[in-house]
Amino acid sequence: MEILNDLFGGDLFAGLGDLSRVLLAMLFVAVAALISRWQRADLEKDLFWATVRSFVQLIAIGYLLELIFQQDNPVWTLLLLGVMVLIAARTTGRRGENTPRATLIALVSIGFGTALTIGVLVLLDVFAFTPQAIIPIGGMIVGNAMTTATLVIVRLSDDLAAQRNEVETKLALGATGRQASLTQFRRALQSAMVPIIDTTKTVGLIKLPGAMTGMILAGASPIEAVQLQLIVMYMLVGANTFTGLSAAFLTYRAFFSPAQQLRVVGQP
Amino acid sequence: MSVIEVRDLSLARGGERVLHHVSLSIEEGEVLMVIGPSGGGKSSLLRCLNRLEEPAPDTVFLRGQDITTIPVTTLRCRVGMVFQKTAVFGGTVAENIAYGPRARGKTLSRDEIARLMKLAALDADLIDRPARELSGGQEQRLAVARALANQPEVLLLDEPTSALDPVATKHVEASLQSLREQLGLTMVWVSHAVEQARRVGDRVLFLDEGRVVSVGAAQAMLDAESADPRLKAFMEGQEPARAKAGPGAA
Repeated sequence: MEILNDLFGGDLFAGLGDLSRVLLAMLFVAVAALISRWQRADLEKDLFWATVRSFVQLIAIGYLLELIFQQDNPVWTLLLLGVMVLIAARTTGRRGENTPRATLIALVSIGFGTALTIGVLVLLDVFAFTPQAIIPIGGMIVGNAMTTATLVIVRLSDDLAAQRNEVETKLALGATGRQASLTQFRRALQSAMVPIIDTTKTVGLIKLPGAMTGMILAGASPIEAVQLQLIVMYMLVGANTFTGLSAAFLTYRAFFSPAQQLRVVGQP
Repeated sequence: MSVIEVRDLSLARGGERVLHHVSLSIEEGEVLMVIGPSGGGKSSLLRCLNRLEEPAPDTVFLRGQDITTIPVTTLRCRVGMVFQKTAVFGGTVAENIAYGPRARGKTLSRDEIARLMKLAALDADLIDRPARELSGGQEQRLAVARALANQPEVLLLDEPTSALDPVATKHVEASLQSLREQLGLTMVWVSHAVEQARRVGDRVLFLDEGRVVSVGAAQAMLDAESADPRLKAFMEGQEPARAKAGPGAA
């Protein structure tokens, strides 16, 4: 670090505090890479890039957050949330390649889930609309909403393609697209919600969740930490439900024409 | 007036034409067999008749009315369809049969369900049986009963016996013949088995590469002496398969 400071002049890492702990933590990755090499698991390259990316991304976001936290204007907070939603939508859209307009569906559903959840939290005065509260909370919501949207879109499109015969039989019996795809709609939503429901059921029994762990490490009392964690858990259940429902609704709609015909990639 | 009339219907899918200027008419109570080689456009034609595929406006008419002007769920009740491979829904036989009316908020009584099962030659004892326990032949007759629950005017049959053994094929054919006698139901029946077309069809339409090659009375048209060369080649190509699988095999 001192060499870098000498090179660039000034204290380049002033805002980072002591980086030596981070570097020590990296030893775990180095040991994992050595084990991978020894066992010929061929993971060293992935481990290296994952470590470099996480380091650079988090340091960059740290500086960006410092900058935004110093601003008084809430537009910066909204802008950062918007960027998070866009990146999440693009990631989900790539996964849902068999779904028509998957990126748009992801953008609307993740955006809707995030906006509704944050809106309710702020309106009910659970959190103040400050960058210090909204950006970390928004990050958690967007990350979870992205996973839910991906699971819903991919599962629903796969099931509609695999069970096309069943869906078209129902359409031929006079069902609407909504009625004909109800089974697949429910399954996709249930499978996407299982992780967050299971996490909520077992929270505290299997592991102490991130927000709570962070607060306890930062010196807060366990009761305070539990309170925040409960808010986070319920907030994520809500965000995932809003996102999952809207993603499922938009995805099923994308697969049916106005004349209730099933559009599936690879149609004969 | 014809029950169904198709006028100059063409259909493209993925930039490729699957139907070329198809015209035909189907009369009340008639069984029209649509035969032809695989990939010749038979199923696509059938799917245009109930708008599972979208025909251009003014190309398909049901009793003189352009089907694209009829609400699609109503059209699909009036023009029922049985698929090659029956999709059996979860639940009992009775629940499967009641699916169509239930989708429109109507309830079928057990007596009505039993009557439909009888019409489709399905044993009444099966009414409370989980539908997924039925045999292949019973599944196809369940599909017929399920389509009949909507009281269709026309029944589209997309190779309903092609996955069945000869005995089950005979049962399904007999139940459909009986339906025709009892209800005077109009049927458009896709098959690739010439013998089946001869047994159950009034008229036969031979479709190849999306084009109508010939259409006419079943017996006369399938008479090998007078057949169109392409139809003749199709019929001759079937001979070994027929000899191996036995009469009635699809």
